[in-house]
Amino acid sequence: MLYAQPRCLDAGEAALSVEFGDSVDPAINARVLMLDAALREAPLEGVVETVPTYRALMIHYDPLTLSRAALVAHIDARAPSAGAGFEPKARWIVPCCYDPALAEDIETLAQALRLTPERVAALHAGADYRAYMYGFAPGWCYLGGLPGALAIPRRASPRGPTPPGAVLIGGGLSLIATNPMPTGWYVAGRTPERLFALGRDPPFLIDPGDAVRFEPIGRGHFEELDARAAKGEIVARREPLV
Amino acid sequence: MTAALRIRAAGPGVTVQDAGRRGLLRFGVTPAGPMDEGAFAAATLAAGAPSGAAIEVSLGGVELEAEGAAIGLALAGGVFDARLDGRALPAACVVRLAAGAKLSLRAGPSGAWCYVAIFGRIDLAPVLGSLATHVRTGLGGLHGRCLRAGDVLPIADLREAPAEPMALDALWLARETAPLRVLLGPQDDYFTAPAIDALLCANWRLSPRSDRMAYRLDGPRLEHAKGHDIVSDGVAFGAIQVPGDGAPLVLMADRQPTGGYPKIAHVIGADLGALAQTRPGEGLRFRQITWEEAVAARRARGEAIAAGPRLALLAQGELSSEALLSANLVGGAVSATQDRDMD
Repeated sequence: MLYAQPRCLDAGEAALSVEFGDSVDPAINARVLMLDAALREAPLEGVVETVPTYRALMIHYDPLTLSRAALVAHIDARAPSAGAGFEPKARWIVPCCYDPALAEDIETLAQALRLTPERVAALHAGADYRAYMYGFAPGWCYLGGLPGALAIPRRASPRGPTPPGAVLIGGGLSLIATNPMPTGWYVAGRTPERLFALGRDPPFLIDPGDAVRFEPIGRGHFEELDARAAKGEIVARREPLV
Repeated sequence: MTAALRIRAAGPGVTVQDAGRRGLLRFGVTPAGPMDEGAFAAATLAAGAPSGAAIEVSLGGVELEAEGAAIGLALAGGVFDARLDGRALPAACVVRLAAGAKLSLRAGPSGAWCYVAIFGRIDLAPVLGSLATHVRTGLGGLHGRCLRAGDVLPIADLREAPAEPMALDALWLARETAPLRVLLGPQDDYFTAPAIDALLCANWRLSPRSDRMAYRLDGPRLEHAKGHDIVSDGVAFGAIQVPGDGAPLVLMADRQPTGGYPKIAHVIGADLGALAQTRPGEGLRFRQITWEEAVAARRARGEAIAAGPRLALLAQGELSSEALLSANLVGGAVSATQDRDMD
């Protein structure tokens, strides 16, 4: 549910959580991203760092430089009006291989969803996503926009470590992971792109709020792009939208 | 031969830390940085490297040797057993290690973390703009991991350090046993009134399962009023998060930038150092204050740190005195023959 007014909640005396709603929802997340963009475009002295999440913007700030009252007034003045829409700055086309040899869980997923693996891949690659937020570990990018036919609760107990670049489905969202970790999500595909690569400029590619689409690729193409990405090349494509 | 600090021995959890990795929370990057920011500031200010890196020493202790040149060090933090070639030093001090001299730091009477800052620069390449080590993601410090025996930290830009050891006097290092001050929220409405009372009244004990990521608290279970799952949101240093089992944990320097459990309260910034210096098994309590009081405490602490630590010469013979270990020099009990302000 989208709140009528954002709630400004203290997380200690040096952080303010601005909540726009209480659920994972594109309209709520859009407001988070719009406030984040406003604070980044016109930085306010005393704001240290902002962290957009599904339904709230965390503002880390120095209360000795910027009073809470001044920060809240600034937020109120910039809180987007109800009708305002969020415009992503860019769309990323992310190559993704859905071959069961790499998409380790796609057959399990298809069975659970009563679909064929090919249909799971087509549905996943046919959707428009938005990078809602990062979390968990560097470069773990949580995406909204998963088709309803692919929504599936997370596993009761985690599976073993995911392969690098796992494209995951779980709990109504999709997720591009970076480093191998055990997870309760399902591996629906694998991207050769590195959403986080040290030593590459920039180390992170997708900004919170960017639009994302997946482009299906075969195994041979995956291997080729993976080798190029390993050398630091960016193999996803960025299309500016504004 | 270039100057270096050789790690002759290191217990678990000894790392290189600077002020932390900033600006990348939005990409899922943990800030890391010192557990006790005040003690870290005391050490780095005394070593003339306020924006530099230091070695964060855990209860596991460390033994260092200067190689290639004399290297000045500033020690501050918990009351550790510090020794220069076997001779006892004040727990907070500035000391010059001649080439070949050894400094050992072991858990002493109190405190959990001690910082060793260098009159020079730890010559490692910053990762994402910082030397702070985050072991879970393998970022920063020396190869993204804890220091161990045999490691060598190259030291560049050496600065002159006092020839004789000097006690370091910083009032904000005084051991704090008062209840830790907290601000309720942001999700205190996820808890029953008895759970809030229990948080503020119970005698908590720090669990042995505590680390740089989170300090777990043993005590009463805190009952949720409306479930233990929230939509993940941002996480700050000192957040008291309560997962489904009702056992609170305080998120510390290695916290993830976001989390999905309700946060009943936050330990205020001015008391995070005292919390960090609590040892597993030690008791702690919480006291609720207002936002204005929290900011006033933050201001007072910031001003004390900005004024800088003071150095005091040790009296004749004091260096070798075992009595140094029992006296809490950190509180300024040193018999100084001469004081001078640090700039």
